[in-house]
Amino acid sequence: MTEPLLDVQGLVRAFGALRATDGVTLDVLAGETHAIIGPNGAGKTTLIAQLAGNLRPDAGRIRFAGEDITALGTAARSHKGLARSFQITSIYREFSVLDNVSLAVQAHAGHSFRFWRAAREDEALHVPARAILNEVGLGGRAEVLAANLAHGEQRQLEIAMVLATEPRLLLLDEPVAGMGVDESQRMVEFLATLKGRQTIVLVEHDMDAVFTLADRISVLVYGRIIATGTPEEIRANRDVRAAYLGEEVED
Amino acid sequence: MRGRLRLLLLIGGLGLIAAVPLIAAFFDQPFYIDLLRRVMIFAIAALSLNLILGYGGMVSFGHAAYLGIGGYAVAILAQHGIYDGFVQLAVAVGASALVALVIGAVSIRTSGIYFIMITLAFTQMLYYLGISLDQYGGDDGMRLAKLSDFAGLIDLNNGTAFYYLIFTIMVAFLYTVHRIVQSRFGMVIRAAKSNEPRSHAIGFSPYLYRLAAFVIAGAMCGVAGFLLVNHTAYLTPDYMHWTRSGEILFMVILGGIGTSIGPVLGAFVFLLLEDILAEWTEHWQIILGPFLILVVLFAKRGLAGLIPGGDRHD
Repeated sequence: MTEPLLDVQGLVRAFGALRATDGVTLDVLAGETHAIIGPNGAGKTTLIAQLAGNLRPDAGRIRFAGEDITALGTAARSHKGLARSFQITSIYREFSVLDNVSLAVQAHAGHSFRFWRAAREDEALHVPARAILNEVGLGGRAEVLAANLAHGEQRQLEIAMVLATEPRLLLLDEPVAGMGVDESQRMVEFLATLKGRQTIVLVEHDMDAVFTLADRISVLVYGRIIATGTPEEIRANRDVRAAYLGEEVED
Repeated sequence: MRGRLRLLLLIGGLGLIAAVPLIAAFFDQPFYIDLLRRVMIFAIAALSLNLILGYGGMVSFGHAAYLGIGGYAVAILAQHGIYDGFVQLAVAVGASALVALVIGAVSIRTSGIYFIMITLAFTQMLYYLGISLDQYGGDDGMRLAKLSDFAGLIDLNNGTAFYYLIFTIMVAFLYTVHRIVQSRFGMVIRAAKSNEPRSHAIGFSPYLYRLAAFVIAGAMCGVAGFLLVNHTAYLTPDYMHWTRSGEILFMVILGGIGTSIGPVLGAFVFLLLEDILAEWTEHWQIILGPFLILVVLFAKRGLAGLIPGGDRHD
């Protein structure tokens, strides 16, 4: 069996007496879409923050592509190929859509101590950026100010920025949060096109999205992974139903 | 269309400034050459501050430090008999960059109010250092025995020649900042100002870029200090007084933070108003103060935002 792309062992992070991450062990295989679900307060946000490098674990280690990245910061992890989207859309609001994506390309195109030539006239940046915008369906909105995009479009833009860093692993923190039904459906359809080509860790509340997209699901409750398995296995798991789906356990 | 109108206004404005010595000579009012030299020197200082404040989000409340460093570089060298302008300018720029490197390396690790306080504290330290340098004028300051000597290339004693030197530097810096903020480098510091967590997440480490911008701005302001001491032919620690830092800050805010022409506009309006009002009444601050408050309250992008055609980078 090949080594998983992401290998998390015994991750612990406490806030005072609260162990928000309480010994999480998790592996993500190359090419799979691995969803992490759990009720509110289960510690999903804390976990993804540790995976992305925003938060240091108290114990445990994170290996990525065979390399220990536990001590690396966010920017360094991005260069290793780990890219994240945020639960609350995080884009450069006062820049154009194209500039947003060009910046993500630029961040991975060597150093930026280039002081004279206008970045906007730099084909090495905006040609790949435009290609990615077309891919996510924002090709026609390239010159619009990011702040003026509709909410769903802003989420698409964030995904475009994540893709522009040419990641080996996408950490998507609730990509359909706050979206309308149509928008949400379009986003799920788009994410489905990434399946197989990209390895994805998907933290999501929307169960339709999770069960449509996930190859495997891990269920996080009170900082612990109580089950990992295929959607069918998770659906059938009594512990999961008791802890997570609550009242439905009687059926 | 908008871009062209903006460019025409800019060229017209700069043309007008370039014509001032001719007009002043015609009306026999050399005072205005002197006044505008001072205004343009502060415009250069404001331009440099705008690079880090307007585009990098670094609210430096100690930018007058580099006016002082530039000034002291000239005056101290002159005291020891070194009048060579090229040497003095090189030392002024080098020393300013070095001091900016030290101040920046510490302060850029902080943000918000802490950044403001640390930059202020460093500049106050330099101010008191200046006061304590008795051999270089101490509290009272000292006369510059001789202006910087550019070996016949340009004579700073010639008021008009000096005027055009300052004008040229101002225009060159205006263009330089304009280029920098649109370059890859400029995009990094602007992006980090806009959304720092996002910058980290896509793989930028903004610290070194911010530090570099801080050093560039310090070096540019060092040039302003070099020019200012030659303009007044007198150096005092007051160059570095915190109110001076505040004035430069205000010129940027008045003219329009993060606009290309704003700092120049701010310096002109601030200093010319000060001059006109001071002639009127000794309580000129009572008029200038509310005016500044009104501009800040009602013109979001400063005076530059009121210009037809707009003035912004996006």
